[in-house]
Amino acid sequence: MVDLKVNLGTLQLKNPVMTASGTFGYGTEYYDFFDVSRIGGIVVKGTTLRDRQGNKYPRMAETPSGMLNAVGLQNKGVNYFAEKIYPTLLDLDTSIFVNVSGSTVEEYVETAEIINELDHIPGIELNISCPNVKEGGMTFGTSCPSAAQVVKEVRRVYKKELMVKLSPNVTSISDIALAVEAEGADSVSLINTLLGMAIDSETRKPLLSTVTGGLSGPAVKPVALRMVWQVAQAVKIPVVGMGGIMTAADAIEFLLAGAAAIQIGTANFIDPTAPVKVLEGIEAYMLRHKINRVTDLIGALEI
Amino acid sequence: MKKFMSDLIVTENTPLNDQYFLLKLKAENELPVIMPGQFAEVKVEDSPSTFLRRPISINYVDRNRNEIWLLIQIVGPGTLQLSKLRPGKLLNLIYPLGNSFTYPVRKDANLLLVGGGVGIAPMLFWGAQLAAEGFHCNFLIGGRSQSNLLLLDEFKKYGEVYCTTEDGSSGEKGFVIHHSLLQNQKFDAIYTCGPTPMMKAVAGYAADNAVFCEVSLENTMACGFGACLCCVTDTTDGHVCVCTEGPVFNITKLKW
Repeated sequence: MVDLKVNLGTLQLKNPVMTASGTFGYGTEYYDFFDVSRIGGIVVKGTTLRDRQGNKYPRMAETPSGMLNAVGLQNKGVNYFAEKIYPTLLDLDTSIFVNVSGSTVEEYVETAEIINELDHIPGIELNISCPNVKEGGMTFGTSCPSAAQVVKEVRRVYKKELMVKLSPNVTSISDIALAVEAEGADSVSLINTLLGMAIDSETRKPLLSTVTGGLSGPAVKPVALRMVWQVAQAVKIPVVGMGGIMTAADAIEFLLAGAAAIQIGTANFIDPTAPVKVLEGIEAYMLRHKINRVTDLIGALEI
Repeated sequence: MKKFMSDLIVTENTPLNDQYFLLKLKAENELPVIMPGQFAEVKVEDSPSTFLRRPISINYVDRNRNEIWLLIQIVGPGTLQLSKLRPGKLLNLIYPLGNSFTYPVRKDANLLLVGGGVGIAPMLFWGAQLAAEGFHCNFLIGGRSQSNLLLLDEFKKYGEVYCTTEDGSSGEKGFVIHHSLLQNQKFDAIYTCGPTPMMKAVAGYAADNAVFCEVSLENTMACGFGACLCCVTDTTDGHVCVCTEGPVFNITKLKW
């Protein structure tokens, strides 16, 4: 038996495989495909203080080895989550994180306060990196002072695992990571989607209603891997890596680059059993390489 | 309804014209319950530029042969690759997805099923189910020209078939909305699937005549099972996913 447990700041996950926010619904969408309690963690859909309708259709465009999305944080608000969705998650034996977003610092704080009261939610992923909303989101995550400010204010009210999701759409992601670490973040997750766009040359129109959107999938993996490696060297807190992970080999690359855990996102759309396949693949890799503890892989890149 | 991800075996791949082909797929185990209007997300192998699955309507379910039919239009590299599949190949499907059409209340209801382009696909399975339940169906099928009117012999098994072509090469000339049938008969329910302008015109006719009407939408989607929130349409309840709340919608719910 290999030991798959990993530590994420204040929290221990039973294995390093998590699912990324906005790609796994509330977990329930995947019950028909596999036992979601097998994976280390689930990050549920981006949640805001109030109901959001998101952006207009079309919100998605397929791109080479990836996709652009411009969903725009459609969700029914944190109170709906707490009252209606949270009770359905109580039987799940995995660490459930709520991805929290907002247009103002106050909204982030209020949403985090409400989630702090939910016993079965051991952590939040503070989303300061959504590229698809006009206000808030990525605007907080692209400068050190604003990223630091929102983390500082949320840290005051949020007592559990505070993971901060970083934007790749910055000059130095390590500087942002250091800024949020200094204000008390327990861990950082990266990368959110890369800002991109797609055009229909025949109609001369953009393929997304918002013109620009967030790129995900294997197309972003080399960028994500590089950023995880840079951030893992810069900060002391654990790093959760994501960006185009489709296979166990992809996941192991992120662990070697310094990620303490990984998140699977876009792959879930194509193969809804991707998280368990990655998990089983990591175990097989460890047996093949005679590695007993998965933590021995973290940052084990040989240069 | 439980969803499955499984490999089905291609038993037939028949080109119907230069744009359309009919795939017949056999399941190893007994096919699950599939409702008319539902769809499958099809994984396309060996097409490097095709990243996501392709949502395809269930055209027909042949319980005797344990087969499902997919009527597919070649619109890009993904569907082109599917058109090349030979019998014996495996195709990975996530299915059945989405909701289904609503049965009429009265057995003597006069029903109209309108299909245009690849939108005829779900109408065959729905018509077959209605006929099996003792309903009488009228099919109204539109195409650019005669060569685009597909599977007519199949439709004729389950009801009366009326056609329009834009060039007048078969049936009445014009769009489906101009067919004399719409002036000559009164319908109790209309079901439609096809290009959005066609569905909007049919929905407009139904609304003007206070007829129950359901449309099946074909929004682009990434997952097909309610996780990505990409395929939304605007309804009286706000943005909802076409893949889970639809693809079939009553026109009174849509903000068209």
